Amino acid sequence: MRTVSAEEAVAMIPNGARLMVGGFMGVGTPERLLDELVRQQKSELTIICNDAAVPGKGVGKLFDAALVSTLTASHIGLNPRAQQQMMANKIAVDLVPQGTLVERIRAGGCGLGGVLTPTGAGTIVEEGKRPIEINGKTFLLETALRSDFALIHAFLADYLGNLAYALTARNFNPVMAMAADTVIVTAEHIVPVGVIAPDHVVTPAPLVDYLVANG
Amino acid sequence: MDAQTLIARRVALELRPGNLVNLGIGIPTLVANYIPPELKVFFQSENGLIGTGPIPEQGMVHPHLTDAGGRPISALPGASTFDSAMSFGLIRGGHVDVTVLGGLQVDCEGHLANWMIPGKMVPGMGGAMDLVTGAKRVIVAMQHAAKGKSKIVQKCSLPLTSSRPVDLVVTDLAVISFPGGQMTLLETAPGVSVAEVMAVTEADLLIPETVPQMRI
Repeated sequence: MRTVSAEEAVAMIPNGARLMVGGFMGVGTPERLLDELVRQQKSELTIICNDAAVPGKGVGKLFDAALVSTLTASHIGLNPRAQQQMMANKIAVDLVPQGTLVERIRAGGCGLGGVLTPTGAGTIVEEGKRPIEINGKTFLLETALRSDFALIHAFLADYLGNLAYALTARNFNPVMAMAADTVIVTAEHIVPVGVIAPDHVVTPAPLVDYLVANG
Repeated sequence: MDAQTLIARRVALELRPGNLVNLGIGIPTLVANYIPPELKVFFQSENGLIGTGPIPEQGMVHPHLTDAGGRPISALPGASTFDSAMSFGLIRGGHVDVTVLGGLQVDCEGHLANWMIPGKMVPGMGGAMDLVTGAKRVIVAMQHAAKGKSKIVQKCSLPLTSSRPVDLVVTDLAVISFPGGQMTLLETAPGVSVAEVMAVTEADLLIPETVPQMRI
């Protein structure tokens, strides 16, 4: 694990990169990294995240700045800019049921090829997918998702990179921290090793590649 | 009593002590206001919380404690938080006893459409598909008709949320269920006759000999 500035962290991300971004309606999103993506004008991004947040918040900032080319998410209904860009064919949007999305990411992080879920069977979500019958029940084969980078926000990070999260700001963060080639983390507080008790570490240090320094 | 209050109060009667309950956005959210405090129901918010409490007082908002719409909420004593994989494991794994969701259409087979109007509104399904597929009991809380058109239809024209039929539909006019796979009128709202329900329902609705008034 290396400690870097937000500027250095984002400088590693090329245009056209595939990014997972933690957060749920902008809660638990690494805002400083998103601000820096906008400042450095990283464009043609492929974004995997739960939702499109709202303008001015979380990944919503990337739509404000028109930096996204492809979005995989479960919900974009509260971001009119993302909706407009989708309707105008400026971004390709793949809408995925939320439970399927998180399991596809989990599978990507756990070395699985995909998961079988009953969600979406018999609906338009089924189109182009392989239905598999198990014990008389139909499941869809949903393939694993991975990314070049995961942008993660934690509540506590220690000097080694162990992470703990706060309340509903946990959401997709620990799952995404398993599913990317490079994991970049911001934290509300960076604390000495030992402050986060072993039982309270949610994301173990070896998963974290870069911790963005505070202050 | 306005339509939304009526629906929310009727749905609240369906919840049992100890139930794990997920409420959708809109009318379903109001159901929490009509649960007697002694009933001890657990409310889940799918962004990772069991034990959601009321909207916090001014000055008590925590930026890391929100509902699935991103609005500030509180957590009750005994609450727990977890990641999204756990949250949807609870939902898909059949651990959620009841989910209450809004609807655009419900058809005579109990199929729900509630997540998109092609060409007009494509917000995404969020957690709705997993909730309808995985919860033990699915209740739809919605207006019976919108802009003069019945939302209770013979066959959904909008994209389905799940192939799994819902269990109960509560509208401002009626309570409908599907015993033996047959769409059946269970109750009518106070002051509403069976004929009035029939007149605004665009589906074959089985009418039992006696249809009691809605309990609220």
